Amino acid sequence: MNQAVPLSPFDLSLAASLVLLLALFTLPLKLGLWNRLLTAAVRTTVQLLLVGLVLKWLFESASPWWLLLVSMVMLAAAAREVVARQTKRFKGAWGFAMGSGAMLLSSFIVTIFALTVVISERPWYEPRYSIPLLGMLLGNTMNGISIGMDRLTLSAWRGRGIIETRLALGEKSGNAIGEIRKESIRSGMIPILNAMAAAGLVSLPGMMTGQILGGSPPLQAVRYQILIMFLIAAGSGFGTLFAVWLGSKRLFDGRERLRLDRLRNSTR
Amino acid sequence: MNSLSARNLTFLDLGPFNIEIAGGECAALTGPSGAGKTLLLRSIADLDSHGGEVLLGETACSSIPAHHWRSMVGFLSAESPWWRETVGEHFKGGNAGLEELGFKPSVMEWTIERLSSGERQRLGLLRLLGGEPRALLLDEPTANLDAENTARVERLVARYREENDAPVLWVCHDLTQAARVAGKTYSLDDGELRSDR
Repeated sequence: MNQAVPLSPFDLSLAASLVLLLALFTLPLKLGLWNRLLTAAVRTTVQLLLVGLVLKWLFESASPWWLLLVSMVMLAAAAREVVARQTKRFKGAWGFAMGSGAMLLSSFIVTIFALTVVISERPWYEPRYSIPLLGMLLGNTMNGISIGMDRLTLSAWRGRGIIETRLALGEKSGNAIGEIRKESIRSGMIPILNAMAAAGLVSLPGMMTGQILGGSPPLQAVRYQILIMFLIAAGSGFGTLFAVWLGSKRLFDGRERLRLDRLRNSTR
Repeated sequence: MNSLSARNLTFLDLGPFNIEIAGGECAALTGPSGAGKTLLLRSIADLDSHGGEVLLGETACSSIPAHHWRSMVGFLSAESPWWRETVGEHFKGGNAGLEELGFKPSVMEWTIERLSSGERQRLGLLRLLGGEPRALLLDEPTANLDAENTARVERLVARYREENDAPVLWVCHDLTQAARVAGKTYSLDDGELRSDR
């Protein structure tokens, strides 16, 4: 198998000079972006280098316990990100708990399904497969969930008068928030629907590109990409369904009262 | 017996309040704005958390599912929002009383945008009555209406009350209206609820 051409730090600094150039160009436009651009570039470099080290060590140790720990850290980071992206968040640990619960149920189950049933490498948790798979699933599920939850809480906040009027007319809480819930689920699923529709025609997905660069035959890379697309669709779809459902339950109490006091504004 | 009674009702830092409205009786609720009249109605409708108990006839609020309770004690908020395209889509029950409030049956096909605020308010009342609630909690139902339409609403509510033996709690700003529509008046001021006949 052809290996990818190894990249030296010099090659990377050539690419980095493009980012620097962009930063210089934005300076006179007063976009206020140059420092954020540079910070983001530095973060990418440091975070990816660190993760490279972690992966190298993880692939060599192959202990399932370390694997479990790393995946829990990934889950916690994703759940924290879900909360951070909400304009109106659930107070207390609820936002975090619902986000991580939904991701645990969807991403992890889908990953384990793919590892055991579809790929069936031995051992099934082989980190070389499980960590990248889980990472891609978590990343996409996190997107779906945070979009869906953001839509849910914001629409409930703005639609308070309508929801309470419907409650006052004797509708069940699930009914009164039914349309909002549907819209939220729909908007959470749109990114993966778009990605599936545009895949190959407009964009060459990152994983597939990476595999081809790494020397895999294109048709094999394509098969992996199709697998990933389906897994992501299932993972983010189920994750969004579940998170929005949990969130819409939490918006009401046992007496079907709309409880917007359970939300707070983001501090950002 | 279809009376509405609130016993030791508390909400926020207000109360305990006791209210007793017999079936077919209308009580007005007056008081300065901000005194908590709307909150009182919302608590009776169980839209806000509250202490104490509310009964309609023999049925206690806490003994049945909340949506069931709310469909029995029809609460009309001061601004009645509309969420679908046309008027008719909001009417699940009947639409009796249209003519009485000055509408033609074709109003059901109207889109919401073309409704004036007064029309919205009158139709909001009809939407509520369509569900045939056993009691009425009305929060300034004539606030946006001219004299003629105010009289129409007052007549319609009076007829509904008599025909269904329904207790009515009517929040009004206007004391002459209170005297006109209600057999007794509660006034809520500075955390105190007084009842005068």
